[in-house]
Amino acid sequence: MATEEGTQGEAEQLKLRGRLAKLRELPLLRGVGVSGEMARLQRQIDRIGEEATEDDVWQAVELARHQDRPYTLDYVERILDDFVELHGDRSLGDDAALVTGLGRLEGRTIALIGHQKGRDIRERTHRNFGMTYPEGYRKAMRTMEVADRHGFPVITLVDTPGAYPGVVAEQHGQGGWIARSQLAMLRLRVPSVTCIIGEGGSGGAVAIAVADRVLMQENAIYSVISPEGCAAILWRDAGEAKKAAAAFKPDAIHCLELGVVDAVVPEPPGGAHTDHDAAAELLGAAVRDALLDVEGVDFEERRRARHRKFRNMGVFLE
Amino acid sequence: MASHIDVSIEHRGPEPEPQKKHPNTCPSCHSHYKDEELDANLRVCPQCGHHFPVRARERVNQLADRGTFEEADAGLRSADPLGFFDLRAYTERLAEAEVATGLGDAMIAGGAIIERRPVELAVMDFGFMGGSMGSAVGEKFVRACERAADRRVPLVCVTASGGARMQEGILSLMQLPKTVSAVDELREAPAAFISVMTHPTTAGVLASFASLGDLIVAEPGALLAFTGPRVVQQTTREKLPEDFGLAESNQRFGHVDAIVSRPELRPFLGRVLTLFERNGN
Repeated sequence: MATEEGTQGEAEQLKLRGRLAKLRELPLLRGVGVSGEMARLQRQIDRIGEEATEDDVWQAVELARHQDRPYTLDYVERILDDFVELHGDRSLGDDAALVTGLGRLEGRTIALIGHQKGRDIRERTHRNFGMTYPEGYRKAMRTMEVADRHGFPVITLVDTPGAYPGVVAEQHGQGGWIARSQLAMLRLRVPSVTCIIGEGGSGGAVAIAVADRVLMQENAIYSVISPEGCAAILWRDAGEAKKAAAAFKPDAIHCLELGVVDAVVPEPPGGAHTDHDAAAELLGAAVRDALLDVEGVDFEERRRARHRKFRNMGVFLE
Repeated sequence: MASHIDVSIEHRGPEPEPQKKHPNTCPSCHSHYKDEELDANLRVCPQCGHHFPVRARERVNQLADRGTFEEADAGLRSADPLGFFDLRAYTERLAEAEVATGLGDAMIAGGAIIERRPVELAVMDFGFMGGSMGSAVGEKFVRACERAADRRVPLVCVTASGGARMQEGILSLMQLPKTVSAVDELREAPAAFISVMTHPTTAGVLASFASLGDLIVAEPGALLAFTGPRVVQQTTREKLPEDFGLAESNQRFGHVDAIVSRPELRPFLGRVLTLFERNGN
């Protein structure tokens, strides 16, 4: 028994060392102004070295959904020098749950695509709580097309509980447009960077998250289903959401470990909602680093690498 | 709470159906059948035309020319990367599903000949954990695409799925871009992709490869929805149209090329495969 425990302890140590090694490789940690965050991030990693508890994971869920957390447009005004919003899908409507536009980042033009939640009840209703219709994905795709033709890198910010589960959304082809939006991202000639900045809710999130580099903020979550939904199905009780979240591990560190995201972006102490400016500075530095990392490559090679990256996702036995 | 809406998957049905007295009772017209009777009619109700579910191996027998299916990747199995445990362990559910279905996971794939045309054929089985897509299903689909691209033959994929497999957490969501990237490789080859959607094709499978067919065929009455009717009803309180999410409604809104009843499916695929043959070859 003692031996078994010893082996287990060593395995944990090994795992922890692996985590730290990965973190040190992160491109964002080379960035100016970010290195000061490393010690704190490392302490956090040390703390969860054992295994994230139910409470740890749930804290990420709550912070990711915090009503004062910065949304896409909060970052746009802080990170980009100029921004012209592009409206409408050129077919049927303009989905306010997802914003797209062209902006300037360090002297060059980029295309930005991001989910947008609302802060007060009026804006929340207007933004449909960040839940996109197919019109939103079509708008994203046409902005990507413009970016691709003009050589503008594509940056996407993900923050949605999920695609909107309504009758009209279904009639307009919700599933199909989520699929086509992923395909459009996979085919881009230009570099792309995604950051999960809040809730990365299922298909509605991954529709705009198929990028060369996928980053995730420290307190964001990324998951196949909401904790409530998972609990309702598997525990047959939505009240078991906390248990469900602990089981499917939507937090950033687990996503990093599973190879789903390339880097974790630090937030100000206490979470992004405590200091929007500081959060934007950290996010901006990480996005710039990630772009630099993928920009120098020939576009064919970059596309091949992107395909390889997503083609190899998953763990199975053979 | 509107901000906590569940937009994911409901038709995963991992719990085995309680054994009814007449498992072959038609839910539409209530006629009873013996297994042989239904099988002889491709599991379509002779009275009203209701399409009963078809197991993956049976589907292969219905579609492939006799004895031509050569299964690939039969040894591929799901892992349990999260050590997932809800009311029961994921590994236990997997073992049970394998015993119940005789399948390694929710998809079988391999080379086949349909109406004398060589294809790669991938078929999902709703009986295996609700046809849910985890890493094993994603990998099988991707390899089927790669073989089709290599051989320059069409891929025919028959879907029946509740969506991504929750027990694999975020890795199951990653099977969406993974399978989409494989369809892209297929397009580059180019090789045709015929997507056959059967009841139910929902959530993560509808929101990835199934919707990307060069041609999309559906079986009559199949539910094809990103979000199923129960969740839509619960979260939006909207009044649902009677044919919400059904193949017929999907065709009306432009998402499906053809609705083909099961007895006509194989000859229909034969015609389509001929049309997709390369000109001059």
